[in-house]
Amino acid sequence: MNRSDFDRTARNISGCGLSGMMSLTGERVNGRAVRESIAILHDRSNGLGGGFAAYGIYPERSDHFALHIMYYSQEAQDRTEEVLEEAFDIAQDERIPTRPNRGISDPPSLMRYFVLPRAVPLAEAGVTAEDFVLQRVMHINADIDDAFVFSSGKNMGAFKAVGYAEDVADFFRLDEYQAYIWIAHGRFPTNTPGWWGGAHPFTLLDWAVVHNGEISSYGINRRYLEMFGYRCTMRTDTEVMAYLLDLLIRRHGLPVELACDVIAAPFWKQIDHMPEPRRRLYTALRMTYASALVNGPFAIIFGRQGEMVGLNDRIKLRPLVAARRGSWLYLSSEEAGVRAMCPDPDLVWTPRAGHPVIGRLGSDTVVGEPGTEPPLETAGFRAQEAKS
Amino acid sequence: MTTSSTDRSDTRPQTRPTAQPRAVRAPLYRPYEFLWEHDPERCARCKRCLQQCGFKALTWQDGPVVDPAKCVGCHRCEAFCPQGAISIRPSPQYFRPHPLWTQSHRRNLWLQAETGGVLLTGMGNDLPYPVLWDHLLLDACQVTNPSIDPLREPMELRTHLGRRPDRLAVTWTNGEPRLLGDLEPTLELATPIVFAAMSYGSISLNAQKAIAMAAEECGVMWNTGEGGLHADLRPFAHRAFVQCASGRFGVEADYLRAGAAIEIKIGQGAKPGIGGHLPGEKVSQEVSETRMIPVGSDALSPAPQHDIYSIEDLRQLIYALKEATNYEKPVSVKIAAVHNVAAIASGIVRAGADIVYLDGFRGGTGAAPTQIRDHLGIPIEIAIAVVDQQLRDEGIRNQASIIAAGGIRSSADMAKAIALGADAVAIGTGALLALGCTLCQKCYTGRCSWGIATQDPALTRRLDPYLGSQRLVNLVRAWSAELEEILGAMGVNAVESLRGSRERLRGLGLDRTVLDVLGVKPAGVGA
Repeated sequence: MNRSDFDRTARNISGCGLSGMMSLTGERVNGRAVRESIAILHDRSNGLGGGFAAYGIYPERSDHFALHIMYYSQEAQDRTEEVLEEAFDIAQDERIPTRPNRGISDPPSLMRYFVLPRAVPLAEAGVTAEDFVLQRVMHINADIDDAFVFSSGKNMGAFKAVGYAEDVADFFRLDEYQAYIWIAHGRFPTNTPGWWGGAHPFTLLDWAVVHNGEISSYGINRRYLEMFGYRCTMRTDTEVMAYLLDLLIRRHGLPVELACDVIAAPFWKQIDHMPEPRRRLYTALRMTYASALVNGPFAIIFGRQGEMVGLNDRIKLRPLVAARRGSWLYLSSEEAGVRAMCPDPDLVWTPRAGHPVIGRLGSDTVVGEPGTEPPLETAGFRAQEAKS
Repeated sequence: MTTSSTDRSDTRPQTRPTAQPRAVRAPLYRPYEFLWEHDPERCARCKRCLQQCGFKALTWQDGPVVDPAKCVGCHRCEAFCPQGAISIRPSPQYFRPHPLWTQSHRRNLWLQAETGGVLLTGMGNDLPYPVLWDHLLLDACQVTNPSIDPLREPMELRTHLGRRPDRLAVTWTNGEPRLLGDLEPTLELATPIVFAAMSYGSISLNAQKAIAMAAEECGVMWNTGEGGLHADLRPFAHRAFVQCASGRFGVEADYLRAGAAIEIKIGQGAKPGIGGHLPGEKVSQEVSETRMIPVGSDALSPAPQHDIYSIEDLRQLIYALKEATNYEKPVSVKIAAVHNVAAIASGIVRAGADIVYLDGFRGGTGAAPTQIRDHLGIPIEIAIAVVDQQLRDEGIRNQASIIAAGGIRSSADMAKAIALGADAVAIGTGALLALGCTLCQKCYTGRCSWGIATQDPALTRRLDPYLGSQRLVNLVRAWSAELEEILGAMGVNAVESLRGSRERLRGLGLDRTVLDVLGVKPAGVGA
């Protein structure tokens, strides 16, 4: 099925399993551990989508944008490559190596390009290199049938397919990549677009988001993003989450912590009790970004270069567990998923509702870890406190 | 230049009797609207019904006798008869029914043949146009996302009205994030409800007091209407929109400074394009002081504001008012929902308004020409949808809030209005019903038996402002609790997650065009 067929089907809502691991020192490991973790969470998915994001996998091409593109027709590939050649200097193009797998059927043509924007079109566009890439990716995804860019960051890559996540890992030979952040997702969609692009992670530049949940505020979140030029063509909740993060953090320059406090906002009763000037800031945040509040059950793990973040909705309607061992941070839907990556963690905890867990490269302190002072203790919030 | 002398006549309001009507002394027979019946067996002969009737329809001739031409069917006498001896029913039709020449068309026509006047009426449009609220259905959660129990979980209705920036600038100092720059003034509502504009003059001071006190207690806003701010209501002004309308009645510096926000009234849903008329008989000493006009003089609001003949003129007035109040108060612009409402609203936002108040064609009024009330404007459902979409298409939705009014009957209507894109709803008719109004539509006579739309001290004293405010508080609380239930069923715990979320609405029995205008999918189509 190609994307234009998918577009006619309904927005996909899903339950899911998530796992993530990060070395705070940048130590790189292959994808076996995260594969084991998501395999343990097998029953949280139904074989209709699995995927991974890995950071630090292309050190030899770390200054290039790595485009992973799937094609469902030769014509789409020809048209896309015309667009790419016009816009980019292509340093390297190759098939993404795969290994046949019984659980993965009818793969599209999977290509990988390492590119840099060409000087002239970039200057003519008058935008940053990132925005230039973003525009081309959106153009290909929205306007070229049967072609889909599913990864476009630097020194990172997304790998996804229709199938169980562990089969996807084997198919894409993830045991051969070395990364310091691995994020994994197994999907349980409640309706069935059998299209590879619909699997997680959802990516945009070096953002990668995996998501378990249904966004009950999808309608307004999407309309809000449309005001800023985002085109929600994929009809997945997760797309909205990725665009919101891009808007808030990259384009509006909000710190990650505050972006999390927009997406999973503290309750008014809590804001009322904040000291100034924090109360003023949070009042302004909620007023200004009211339409960016993500309501409904969710647990997400998102990554970007040097950072991995786990976040729950503000009344924690989906599970998320975090753990530390040495310089490693682990996140998973279930503790079993953590222990598949790390059998003997130093510390396991359940992140508070709406309170991000943030691991940062080069910092031994994890935001949201018990015993550490959260930089903004506003975000973590128990429903009982607001109700009383 | 040569035509200037003839142009003058064109600007005259057309709401008054045309030319010199000749009263026809022997009216044609016309059927009465109500059948007033009285049971002499039960009657205790207390004459209370005579006292209660504001319209003087009853006289005493060894028992109450009705002048059926005067009975408006307000049911005041019936409600206050201690013996239950009175019943009022619609009058049976004595004339052969006709689908085109309905009873009301015939009545109106005979009345005009008799008087030569413009037909007047009160309250909102009573013709059976389709009610789109009744063709929209709300969503709920099942399995894939959980519903939320508002009795056990926090549920947020707090709403802000006014201009918001598109983005915030934040700096970190000593590990603490701080907001850079100033924010525009906004209004905070505890629940997305405001009371609609109803002036002192159109309604009694007691009615306005009841509304103002309720607004204060509920943490919402009330609206002075075009009647100025009575001295007794100064303590409630911090919860008031003070209105600046075409007659400029009661507008002075202290009035503008007293309010929480200023509203420029361009139009009203019940009478788009025309002004107002408070007859001199209703301009008592107190009304005179509040409106700043001589006692007994007609208070005529011109159809347009005579300093606003264009959008740039509106901009000047908006900024004149902001200048006069030191940019400390949001400015709202109230317009009737008309065919081109989206483009007009966009212009209003670009002219500097912080709030756009949309009044649909079912909005109420104290007095309006019947044909104007019943045939001009568009439904509020459509107006919200097209204005919200237009402001989004232009990327200026954050710059102003939308208040929707004109036929909000229940919390479900409110939820649907918010899902279509309104920030808050205004309730006028609903508030008057809570105070005892029975919708007899005779507000323009000034004889309201319930003490609401009258200035007659014998009638206004019937409305206890404290008890009235409690009824309004109950209404706002009940609707808020119901809105919480609706949000919980939808699995969201803040009203902003419903606001503009048309994905949570489905249309039933609406054609493709209407669905497209509303931006709503038909029932049966999934997410």
